[in-house]
Amino acid sequence: MDDVGHLWWQAIEGTLVLFFIGGVIALVLGFIVGAMRVSPVPIARAVGTVYVNWIRNTPLTLVMFFFAFCIPILLGQRINAIALATVALGIYTATYVAETIRSGVNTVPVGQAEAARALGLGFGQVMTLVVLPQAFRSVVPPMMSVLIALLKNTTVAAGFSVLNLGSVTAYLSEHRTATADNIFQAMVTGENQLLTLLLIAVIFVVLVLLLAWLQRVLERKWRVER
Amino acid sequence: MSSVLYDVPGPRARLRNRILGVVTILVVVALIALTIWRLYATGQFTAQKWSIFGYTTIWVRILEGLWHTLSAFIVAGVGALILGFILAVGRLSDHAWVRVPVGWIVEILRAIPVLIFMMLMYYGLPTVGIKVTPYVAVVVALIAYNGSVLAEAIRAGVESLPRGQKEAGYAIGLRKNGVLRLILLPQAVRAMMPVIISQLVVALKDTALGFIITYPELLYVIKLLGTQIQYGSPLVPAAIVGGSIYVALCLLLSYVAYRVERRTRRSPKIRQEVPAAGDGDAATVTEFIAVQKGVEGRKRK
Repeated sequence: MDDVGHLWWQAIEGTLVLFFIGGVIALVLGFIVGAMRVSPVPIARAVGTVYVNWIRNTPLTLVMFFFAFCIPILLGQRINAIALATVALGIYTATYVAETIRSGVNTVPVGQAEAARALGLGFGQVMTLVVLPQAFRSVVPPMMSVLIALLKNTTVAAGFSVLNLGSVTAYLSEHRTATADNIFQAMVTGENQLLTLLLIAVIFVVLVLLLAWLQRVLERKWRVER
Repeated sequence: MSSVLYDVPGPRARLRNRILGVVTILVVVALIALTIWRLYATGQFTAQKWSIFGYTTIWVRILEGLWHTLSAFIVAGVGALILGFILAVGRLSDHAWVRVPVGWIVEILRAIPVLIFMMLMYYGLPTVGIKVTPYVAVVVALIAYNGSVLAEAIRAGVESLPRGQKEAGYAIGLRKNGVLRLILLPQAVRAMMPVIISQLVVALKDTALGFIITYPELLYVIKLLGTQIQYGSPLVPAAIVGGSIYVALCLLLSYVAYRVERRTRRSPKIRQEVPAAGDGDAATVTEFIAVQKGVEGRKRK
């Protein structure tokens, strides 16, 4: 029973690492790419567009496949599976973050940027003082949708030998020792895979609905009155 | 594009932009060079590793994998559209005993990760004596997830229509069925076409999840080819070839979505703002909003 608890704990830890570290990578990279896509530098815009269109049209499974199997070959050394999966998840999600930021910037009325420019502010000042603070409000709800998708996508790492909530069932059935006495034990120890998977599905539904609720609260709080 | 954000650059801004442009190019070139160097240094360009693609049988295997991917996608796409319509009509129902449970089903189906759904079918159902092939697991999971997302998109489309459409329908003597089928849904589908097609792209991408539950689709074939030792385990070449096929397919479908979106935007028949649903794929452009502000219709949200 101790083993089982340990496995569950590690699985939850894996999912959290994928979600939070992957999320940070996605937000930072996505912000940079989003900024590139609205920048006055044509080449930066082009690079941003190519990156977003390319990665968004690549299945996440393929991105992870590349990171999990090809990167270790290319770098010629073994790399922690969870680190590779996290980076893959971050790079994939960054494209959605970039698009969210770009369309957030685009929802700010033209007059705002024009007025700021008329006051003599430069591009950097227009962005940091006028456009981004307003864009932030309209970006938050769609950004929550991106994070919800990220949370669900952490399960894909299960296919690439990362212990997380997606793969805990397989690990449990490998480590099973004693037979279960009751139905609850059968669920937690992976004795009955259907129940274990249902439990995981319920965990995800609860987490996603929680994030969706948070999204609605934030949306109501920061609704743009225009 | 969003040229309203900055002025026509002056001499200093031009210099700065040029420097930034050069820096961007340098970074990109460095990344590409690094990739090519690593590819070269680990011997990915040797003839042995690519020789596997010289055989017809190998290409037959790849095409088989591609066919598995496409057949799962086509069945899942059609199924998701059908389920989407059923769920959307259910959510638009006037009867609370239909509307509320259907709403919950949609919410739950959207919240379960597709992979977990596939695993539930493939690994879970056999414990109660139901054998499920990977193909069925992939298709059913994709139908359930994408169907519920499409249902939300179609519902959003119907709700964004002006009230007068529905009222006019009733006024000319149509029943509920007729109003929905002849007046509301055709307009909603037309307005939401870009969202519907981008959701189909998501379905196509998600067929790759079948790899994890051993459905022999394209990625599975790539992995298989990549581990052929007599060809020097050409995993990287296989990933490059197979990955290109995947990306090309998705880009093609995305391009269709993009074209349809542009046509929808220009179409005089769809005046009101198209609500952004799905993964926020429908991007709005500043100029577009600027134009819209003149003909301010109903505000969404």
